[in-house]
Order: sequence, then structure tokens, then C-alpha cells
Amino acid sequence: MGNQLTGAEIVFKALNDHGVECIFGYPGGAVLPLYDEISKQKKIKHFLVRHEQGAGHAAEGYARSSGKPGVVLVTSGPGATNMVTALTDAYMDSVPLVCITGQVPTHLIGTDAFQECDTTGITRPCTKHNWLVKDVNNLAEVMHKAFDVAMSGRPGPVLIDIPKDIQFQKGIYKSADEVQTKIIRPKVKVETTGIEKAVELITKSKKPIIYSGGGVINAGKKAADALTEFTRVTNFPITSTLQGLGAFPGSDPQFLGMLGMHGTYEANNAMHECDLMINVGARFDDRITGRVDAFSPNSKKIHIDIDPSSINKIVKVDIAIVGDCLTVLTDVLTTLKNKHSKFCNSNKENISNWWQQINKWRQKKSLSYKFDEKLIMPQYAVERLYELTKNQDAFITTEVGQHQMWAAQFYKFNKPNRWMTSGGLGTMGYGLPAAIGTQVANPGKLVVDIAGEASILMNIQEMSTAVQYKLPIKIFILNNQWMGMVRQWQELLHEKNYSESYTEALPDFVKLAEAYGAIGIRASNPKELDEKINEMIEVDRPVIFDCMVKKDENCFPMIPSGKPHNEMILGPEDEEGITEEGKVLV
Amino acid sequence: MSKSAYEIDQNQKKIERYVVVAWVDNEAGVLARVSGLFSGRGYNIESLAVSEVDHDRKISRITIATLGTQAVVKQIQAQVLKLVPVHKVNIYPINDETIFRELALVKFLGEGKVLETAKQICIDNKCQFLDKTSKSFIVQALGRRTEIDDFIKKIKVLGQVSISRTGALAMKKGSETVKDNKGQVL
Repeated sequence: MGNQLTGAEIVFKALNDHGVECIFGYPGGAVLPLYDEISKQKKIKHFLVRHEQGAGHAAEGYARSSGKPGVVLVTSGPGATNMVTALTDAYMDSVPLVCITGQVPTHLIGTDAFQECDTTGITRPCTKHNWLVKDVNNLAEVMHKAFDVAMSGRPGPVLIDIPKDIQFQKGIYKSADEVQTKIIRPKVKVETTGIEKAVELITKSKKPIIYSGGGVINAGKKAADALTEFTRVTNFPITSTLQGLGAFPGSDPQFLGMLGMHGTYEANNAMHECDLMINVGARFDDRITGRVDAFSPNSKKIHIDIDPSSINKIVKVDIAIVGDCLTVLTDVLTTLKNKHSKFCNSNKENISNWWQQINKWRQKKSLSYKFDEKLIMPQYAVERLYELTKNQDAFITTEVGQHQMWAAQFYKFNKPNRWMTSGGLGTMGYGLPAAIGTQVANPGKLVVDIAGEASILMNIQEMSTAVQYKLPIKIFILNNQWMGMVRQWQELLHEKNYSESYTEALPDFVKLAEAYGAIGIRASNPKELDEKINEMIEVDRPVIFDCMVKKDENCFPMIPSGKPHNEMILGPEDEEGITEEGKVLV
Repeated sequence: MSKSAYEIDQNQKKIERYVVVAWVDNEAGVLARVSGLFSGRGYNIESLAVSEVDHDRKISRITIATLGTQAVVKQIQAQVLKLVPVHKVNIYPINDETIFRELALVKFLGEGKVLETAKQICIDNKCQFLDKTSKSFIVQALGRRTEIDDFIKKIKVLGQVSISRTGALAMKKGSETVKDNKGQVL
């Protein structure tokens, strides 16, 4: 029999056992015993946010930039409901989060008590699993299981709801080793013959493409290295989803840029025309596939994914290999090197026609834009930001919208875990708190949130957090005064009826920064841009950079909804041809 | 598979009835997790039966009759298996390889000749009488879904009925069993 600990002590002992160094949270009535405990211990640092959603996204930024789970602590009722967006975001983008919520005391559950809500009921569809702990003697076990579930397989958020009386009660602490064996996880059948078959297709392909996704990032730095080695050995062209950027160096000539709705001409055409598609850790998301029945019609498809439910969900594949990207890629590489050394040496010639074709597509220069002498083009702003920061190991987060796509197109990521963006859920207001979490995980590094002026206002209160903890994050706002992506869709799909997409009364972002105790910088002329960006980088305090850009620039290329990959809009000159059917889609 | 808005291909769209059987930990909220997954992803639940089947191991067996294409049903299997308290998921197509049973309680209200005619239909359908009064009776009907449907159709035309039905139960024929990870029969 171990020592008797209070529920609150058990929680922090378990957090310690799992190597947690910091948590993001906000106190309230139902978590006061836990907050009491926070002040009594020194190992775990607590970051006080200004809104629970901010805690969730900060933990996401922390997790994605460090590879460790993010931990949040919030109170019952509104504390928990404010976390729902962040949990759903983490669920969609496979980010490991452990969320601890307070709950009203057990004897009040179900009585509509003050700040009571059915937290486990509300968060059931947006967590991998959740627990309501009604017995303090189960608490340690649940804590250990929570970390295990969050980190294993396809990572994701979990939630532990702890009634206030349980936080006070004394119980027995069990170590992780004592409970680990009790977890029964269903075995997933791995097709061992898949590797051999995949290698056979790889060696025979004349028009191959690698399509990599966030699964590679989640599988760790070594998986990214394995992907890079695989790409080099085969000399195959590679494209990436939004979440996969950085797994393969973005500045490498073998990289075709991002694919999908706002992907490059060469990446999307190569996907459409290829004879072999190797999907590594991506999920055939609708932003990627466009019209499914016209998606890459003539290719054999290999799908490597750790989540069996991703296989054949959207696109039927020829070979499915369920497993961790690192394990599978290592197996594929070993088989290639051992059995097909001739292929490894000669493949450059085998697919030279394919590369010629790709280079023709590249000559379209689908990311080009018209430079303006007087106005800052948003693309130019991101390009300059990249050029002026590429020599330091910068971390980029974003909000959601046009600026996010321009960041993905123009900022080149050469390492994994440097790019934190809300892809699946598309959460405006993600970038600022995510930058805070990223800065916490990476002290001394440059962290920039490339933002839009609309998104940033959704969680602007977190500037106060950044200032309090002296986190020198940089908020780089591409300010066009419009909800740019909404405006773009209204222009292209709703006869330029710009309903409610213009923000009439924006704050003065420079003064706003100063009001928070941060630094405000404004640039409105391309000539002053570099100097101002350098000023932003050099200051060791939080900065809001108000970059006034051209107001009505659209984000191209674009595959309109309901269209296949080979029917892209490259610029304003070919904006027609969107069908009625396509308009209904999002 | 939730219906992708981009899915235009109709070839793979043959909708059939399947029975999904899941072995789960009998803990609070487990049924909500499974049924919530169905409603959240737009899968259909035609009927549902659930009860603890192993008290020592605290395992419940959930049996869900659903309609869908083969691809959808495979997605259902993969999605349900991802839930933490779920141990195993099997899919049974409606065919001769599997035994299906449902149970219905039927209270019939009527008098005199009508009551007698209704009773005779129940006897013909091998129903078990559980309660009798001069104005009513209650029978238990047991069989496949279609058999019970037919029986109810026949008796409903004679008078007022109150019906309570279970969902389908399913079990594969032969000596083959489903085992958990420790090799114990589920």
C-alpha cells in the first residue's frame, strides 16, 4: 500500500511521472484544489491564459513544436465548453492534448448545479477518449491511461473530468508501470506483404509521386529523415499537404510545393497524371482531392497510415499499409536497398521523361503575382519575411484564411515541427495562442504568427499572456481589412456580393500592441518593409506588426470546389467556369 | 463513411443490411460513444440490442442492425474499433451463415370471435402466451425480423395492438468463435 495522497496531489504526481514541464490553464471554482497544489510544487510551470480556448491552442502549439503532449487545466462549465473548439481542432489535426477539467462535486452532478455541464458528454465526439473520475482510487490509473491514449497510434486529445470532492479526497497512487499492462488495445492486422508489393510498384513506376502529410510529422524527426532518404533514393517528386510541410525540405528541387485547393500547378498536375501515388501519412482530405471521382484517375495508390479507419475512407487504394510512417518507410527503404540496388542507382534515368513534364508545369510559375511599387502585396510580405528569417530556426504559426495559404505557399519549411496551423477544423484565432505555446516550448527561438486582421481579433486577449510571461512572439498581420478568403469566395462564387466580409471598425493595431505592453510596428509601403521586418525580429519583446497589404488580392492557384486537379484557376484571367454544383460545396 | 459531398460515383452504392457486433467494456457512457459515433458520422441504426454478456470481465455485446454500402460498413467497423472501450467488432451480412433472432411482445385488445381469431394466428405462428384476460392477451413472438414483421401485419388488422420489440441478435453458425486478445472466447 502506497501513501495516501489527495486527488490534486495524484494529478500532479502523475503529470510529473509523464515528464510534463508546463501546463496552460485558467482557474475557477471547480479546480481550486488543483490550483492550490500548483502553488505548492515547483516542477511544473503554469501559464495563465486569458480565455480557455487560448489555453487549448497554446497547448497545441506546444505539442506540435515539441513532439510532447500539451496539457491544459480548466474549470467546469464554461471552462470546459470554451475548450471544445481547441479539442475539436486537436482531434482533426491529430495533436496530443491532455485536458483536465474540474467538475462540480459528485453529489451535485445532474442537479444543474452552478457551473455544471455534461463535460464528458459534450466532448465525447471531439476527444479520442474521456473519463469522468468518480473514485479517487481510479484517478492515477486514468491519468496514465490518458497520456497513453493521447500519444499512441494516431495522436489526439483526451479529457479527464475531475469532480471537486475527488480533488480533495485521499487515495492511493499507482505508478504508470502498475497500470500499463491493464490496457487492452485491439490488435490491428498489418499486411506484411504490403511492403513487398509496394516496392514492386515503386520500382516499375514511370510517373510516380510522393504525397506526404501530417502523419510523417507526428511520427517524429526520424520519420521525416526516412521520408527524405526515401525521396532521395528514388529520385521521385514529392508534394505535401498543409500539415506535412517541413517533413521534406521545402527549398529542395525535388519538392513540388503544396498540393490541393491552393497548391501549385506542378503538384496538382503531377497528382492527376501520375501512374503511382505514394501517400505517406495523409488522409485524402477534401481540400486535397477536389472532385473524388476525377481524382488521379490512372494511378495505382499506396497508402501508409497509422489509422486503419483512414484507409479507403475517401479514396480506394491498391495497397494499404497500416503502421507508423517511420517503421513502414524504414522497411520500404531496406527492401529497396537490399533487393533493388540497381533501381536505386538508375532510377534518375527511368523517370527522366516524367521530370521533364513536371518542369514544363513548373514553368507556368503558378505562384507568381504582380509586384506593386506602392502597395505591399501579401505574397511579397511573406516572401520577404521568409528571406529575412530563413537563416534562423524560425517557427511559424498562422490563423486561418488567405494569409494562411500565402504562408504555406511562400514560406519554405526545411524541418519538421516548425509549422503550426489549423488545417482540419480551420480555426480562426488559432495562431496567437499557438505561438505562445510554441515559444514556451522553444525559448530563444523566433516565433512568428502570420495572421489576418480578422482572425487575430478572435483571440487577441492572449497578447496579455505573451506580455506577462515575456514571450517575444511576433504577430505579423497581413491587414487587408477584409475577411480575405470569404471575400474571395464571394467574388468567385456569389457574384461579388460582399455580404458582411468587410470590417468597418478595426482597431489601430499599433496602439493595441502598446495598450497590451507590447511593441507595435506598421508598414504600408514595400520600400520600408525589409527594414521594419528586421526591426520586428530584433526586438526581444512581443510585437504586433501591422502590415497594410493590397486589399483585394486573391489567393491563387485555386481548384474551385467540385473540380478535379487539372482544372485549376491560375489567376484573375480564368475565373469563370465554376458550376452550380460546385457552389454548394465548401 | 460520411457521404462526401464530392462523391458522385454511383457504382459502389448498393445499399444492404448488415449487423455490426461490438464487444465493449461495460462502463458508463460506452453505448453513447458507439451510438454517438453512428449519428455523428451519419450512419444508420435500424435496431440496437445491448447487454452485459460477461459479468466477470465486464464485457457487453452491442448488436446494431444498419443499412449501408459495403464500403460504409467497413468504415463503421474501423471507426467503432478506434473507440477505447471497444475490444472487437464483427460485421455479419444478412445470409445463411449467421443466425438472427428478434423478440416481440404483443398485447392484443379485442373480444369474442375477434379475440379467438387473433389467438389462432398466434398459435399458428408458434407464439408463447404470457397473459390472458377476457378482453386481451399478451404473446411473445420470436424469430427473424421478417417473420415478426409478417406476424404483426396479420394480427394488426384484427384489432388494437401494443407492440414492444427488441433489436436483432446475431451469432455466426458453426464452431468458430470470436476471441479477445488473451484468447478467451467472447
